[in-house]
Amino acid sequence: MLNIVEISNLIVKYPDVKALDDVSFVVKEGDFLGIIGPNGAGKSTLFDCMLNLNTKYDGTIKFFDKDIRKSKDYLKEIGYVPQKPIFEKNFPVTVNDVVRMGLKDESNEEKIDDILQQLWIHELSERRIGELSGGQQQRVFIAKALVTNPKILILDEPVTGIDQQSIDLFYSILRELNSKQKITIIWSSHDLDAVNQLANHVACLNRTLFFHGESEKFFSDDKLVKQYSEASMQEHMHHH
Amino acid sequence: MSLEILTYSFMHRALISGIAIAILCSVVGLFLVLRRYSLFGDAIAHSSFGGIALGLLAGVYPLWTAYGVSIISALIITKIKDRYNISGDASIAVLLSSGIAVGLVIISLSGGFSIDIFSFLFGSILLVSVNDTVLILALTGAILIVILLMYRQLLYSTFNEEQAKVSGIPVEKINYLIIFMAGITVVTSIQLVGVLLISALFVIPNVTAIMYGRGFKQTAIISMTLSVSSVVIGIIVSYIFDITPAGTIVLISIGFLAGTMGIKSAGLLSKN
Ligand SMILES: Nc1ncnc2c1ncn2[C@@H]1O[C@H](COP(=O)(O)OP(=O)(O)OP(=O)(O)O)[C@@H](O)[C@H]1O
Ligand SMILES: [Mg+2]
Repeated sequence: MLNIVEISNLIVKYPDVKALDDVSFVVKEGDFLGIIGPNGAGKSTLFDCMLNLNTKYDGTIKFFDKDIRKSKDYLKEIGYVPQKPIFEKNFPVTVNDVVRMGLKDESNEEKIDDILQQLWIHELSERRIGELSGGQQQRVFIAKALVTNPKILILDEPVTGIDQQSIDLFYSILRELNSKQKITIIWSSHDLDAVNQLANHVACLNRTLFFHGESEKFFSDDKLVKQYSEASMQEHMHHH
Repeated sequence: MSLEILTYSFMHRALISGIAIAILCSVVGLFLVLRRYSLFGDAIAHSSFGGIALGLLAGVYPLWTAYGVSIISALIITKIKDRYNISGDASIAVLLSSGIAVGLVIISLSGGFSIDIFSFLFGSILLVSVNDTVLILALTGAILIVILLMYRQLLYSTFNEEQAKVSGIPVEKINYLIIFMAGITVVTSIQLVGVLLISALFVIPNVTAIMYGRGFKQTAIISMTLSVSSVVIGIIVSYIFDITPAGTIVLISIGFLAGTMGIKSAGLLSKN
């Protein structure tokens, strides 16, 4: 099957830390990849590189077998949901405005309607984005990511402030997008159980890539899971 | 008091160019306010002071050097801001003070000439010529067309730069475009309405409109309506009572702001 992403020997150094060290992996068409790792593991850094937001890296990143340093066309195929979309609370845009921002034409109104309905935000469409709850905003940004018909969805999962019901809805939407609409999903998360339920591939990241492969392999190997949990616990203690 | 004043042709020119500038400043200003760039108009206006002085020194028509100096220095300061990660308000302060400094040094070097500081600060909208009016209408039309064609891109890169970048919008070019349009708007308007009114027109109607809790288009329309109303009422009232138009216009727009705050705290502004 087609390689959607191929990352080889990715290294990112910030002045104080090496955020990523020799990370290599491949994502194939239709994969649902869960990237797990503790705070500071380098997940957002990895995404920034993949999205051409950070170009100061060593190694190569290929999308559809093309080096992203050479061609930016791949960005058209990506829907991106950032970890914390930052905007002013009273920014004067409605949900309707947000999902249409940046679009060139009005041609896909029907599709936009469908997506809003699919994500259960149809009734919120005239509300200002800043008035919505965290979970509702997250769905708006997924909708926004979907209106351009992406082949790949990249989600940097927000960590806090979303209730269980919204999380469940969010997960069932992701599952449906992957299985019914065949969208390749790359999703970072802290939630091991959720990754276990949703993803068919797992990458454990903590500066280096600790494991990458089918999620069954990871989750059926107690030793691996335990090793991972301990490593991230240690990291956690380190930070406090 | 009769409506006779509305038949004077200088009044027609003042109203027409005033309305154009009101619309232009409110639209361009909306993007500036949303980018936390509210004082940018002020900064450009101050650097145009340097430009005017330079023009007088060099014997060039001061308005042209004002356009050149203001726009170029605004673009340079934006470049520096991005390059060295300086915050927006600090870069505005740098632009503002360097513009005035350059102007003052040039004026003192040349032994001083009489820049009409009063009209620089407060403008002279009742003295607009036919040529000025035509220029204002043309520039207003051009800038509004650009904004209308590109507003989704302009809005997206204002809302969230990173997301806009990922969806392939040339965010940096758009930033420069906004700065460029703001520069043209300020220098075009300044001779008529002065420094004081420029930043007021950029900011006050937009701050007021944002309070109404509407989406983008409606917010822009509310802002334009407030801005045009303040200018029209201001020009007429100031003429009738023989007071300064700029100050009157600003006070009226502040009146709208205060009224809106009143309505809002009385809880009358919820939708539905
Ligand atoms: N712009 C930056 N400049 C310097 N250091 C950075 C920068 N961005 C991230 N880092 C550092 O790189 C490391 C990885 O950060 P990153 O944000 O990628 O982690 P993460 O896995 O996304 O964490 P979280 O789960 O908290 O979102 C951290 O040590 C962080 O402090
Ligand atoms: Mg992160």
